[in-house]
Amino acid sequence: MTRRPRVLAYALALAALLLLTALAFAVGRFPLALGDLAALAANKLFGASLAVPPSAETVVMQVRGPRILAALLVGAALAAAGTAYQGMFRNPLVSPDILGVSAGAALGAVLAIFFSQSALVIQLGAFAGGLAAVAVVYAVGASVRRHDPILALILAGVVIGTLLGSMIALLKYLADPYNQLPAITFWLLGSLATVAPVDLALAAPFALAGLVPLYLLRWRMNLLSLPDDEARALGVPVGRLRLAVVCAATLMTAAAVAISGIIGWVGLLIPHAARLLIGPEFSRLLPLSMLLGAAFLLAVDTLSRTIAPIEVPPGVLTALIGTPFFLWLFASARRAWQ
Amino acid sequence: MAVKLEARALGYGYPGRPVGRGLDLSLDAGEVLCVLGPNGGGKTTLFRTLLGLLPAQAGAVLLDGRALEAMPRGDVARRVGYVPQGHAAQFAFTVREAVLMGRTAHVSLFAAPGAADREAADRAISALGIDGLAGRVVTELSGGERQLAMIARTLAQGARALVLDEPTASLDFGNQVRVLRQIARLAAEGYAVVFSTHDPGQAFLAASRVLLLAQGGALRQGTPQEVITGENLRAVYGVEVRVLTIDGARACLPVL
Repeated sequence: MTRRPRVLAYALALAALLLLTALAFAVGRFPLALGDLAALAANKLFGASLAVPPSAETVVMQVRGPRILAALLVGAALAAAGTAYQGMFRNPLVSPDILGVSAGAALGAVLAIFFSQSALVIQLGAFAGGLAAVAVVYAVGASVRRHDPILALILAGVVIGTLLGSMIALLKYLADPYNQLPAITFWLLGSLATVAPVDLALAAPFALAGLVPLYLLRWRMNLLSLPDDEARALGVPVGRLRLAVVCAATLMTAAAVAISGIIGWVGLLIPHAARLLIGPEFSRLLPLSMLLGAAFLLAVDTLSRTIAPIEVPPGVLTALIGTPFFLWLFASARRAWQ
Repeated sequence: MAVKLEARALGYGYPGRPVGRGLDLSLDAGEVLCVLGPNGGGKTTLFRTLLGLLPAQAGAVLLDGRALEAMPRGDVARRVGYVPQGHAAQFAFTVREAVLMGRTAHVSLFAAPGAADREAADRAISALGIDGLAGRVVTELSGGERQLAMIARTLAQGARALVLDEPTASLDFGNQVRVLRQIARLAAEGYAVVFSTHDPGQAFLAASRVLLLAQGGALRQGTPQEVITGENLRAVYGVEVRVLTIDGARACLPVL
């Protein structure tokens, strides 16, 4: 791909993201005029005098602001982790939860809800559960020496994910059906409705800590998409690099899932779409994938709080949008799988 | 820059499952070693051991006089290049991007390839005469084109010893000849080349030496004229083969 379409792709994605962000601030149960938003931004950024009602300021700063930031953060993090995993597992059908991070996070959160813990503990439980599940999967996968390491990892992820799933089912069965079960169901469906500024402040550093190694290794990542023997013959310490990527992607996904619950499809669909637009070269793909992931989840979350009198879980919307899009890709684009 | 690839009393295979043993080998710049043997005869296992991808079960592999085992991966990569048996590429990298990956051992961990690396990749592409393919996507190449791109990657790597695992497998006749021509040309330029094949006649065309692997690891090594005889081929493949001399060139003709 030549330079111009590349820049164009970034520019369009960025423009879409900015437009969506403005739109997301404006729409909702308490609509805001774009002029008021601009006045508010001028006030916050440059100290211009404020000419909008205080209620508008509260909506922007306390309600929509954190939620929009959360959507951007979670969308970008899931897309980045998915991009890394799809390359590393040499499979465009892989999503960030392939190694059990979501299942582990879900179990952690469900346990915390089951024991009637605070929102903060639920979030920490999800984060820790996600990390622990991947650690176990990686240890199991790495201990199976006689098989292809990639296959061993995926199988360990599937098996342990199933085990975690049945433990979640057991907890749901045992949970108090009036207080706990709705909370569990709500968490498992995923939502950004209750994200507070403190949640963001907790999650963002971890997501960033995961992004840094992916950014630094952005060119090396391409080598991981080669068969192990080829990459090693080219001088890559494949095992160590793979472990670094698993750690980085897990940190990002666990941080995201801890504040959003489980929102599927973003980490699978977005890297795929970005690769169609800009090709598989990781250092070009990663930024575009993150921009598109942020924009996609923001659009979905904005829809989820505006299209119906009650909130539609964003995970349901991503599936409703993702499934036909994916089938279309599958049916039409010849190079969709690359 | 000279290169020397040696094996001393090399045992190769897997723990508890030896494939071959007692192999002595010495390959200098400008030499081409053709490895022949039946399916499952251990050609790929031997190659992986020579490249340090599989630990030697006995003996040692030496690269420029140093034990391969003690060398960092990057040092090995700057000396030996590997073209694995043909496989379908997974992602739609361009040929230029794929060849550039050969520069890995020259690019520091957190960096991206610089101008010098791009030039090296372009030189490698030109050396194989595939400039026209540089912008094409590897998933859309024919088998022969992909094989040439993979050889270009080993040149970009800076390797002076090349290990090619069945480089002509599943190529049409013309592409087989093109790949053999490149092998002969690279040897003339001072590369040391090891390649495996299922066609013993290719040894007469491109190789200076032949290693014949039989089931169970029995070995014969020598010039093509010494090793490729009807008797040896019958012992290895279990079929009758006549080795003919036509206008001074030798060829193998199986008897049905």
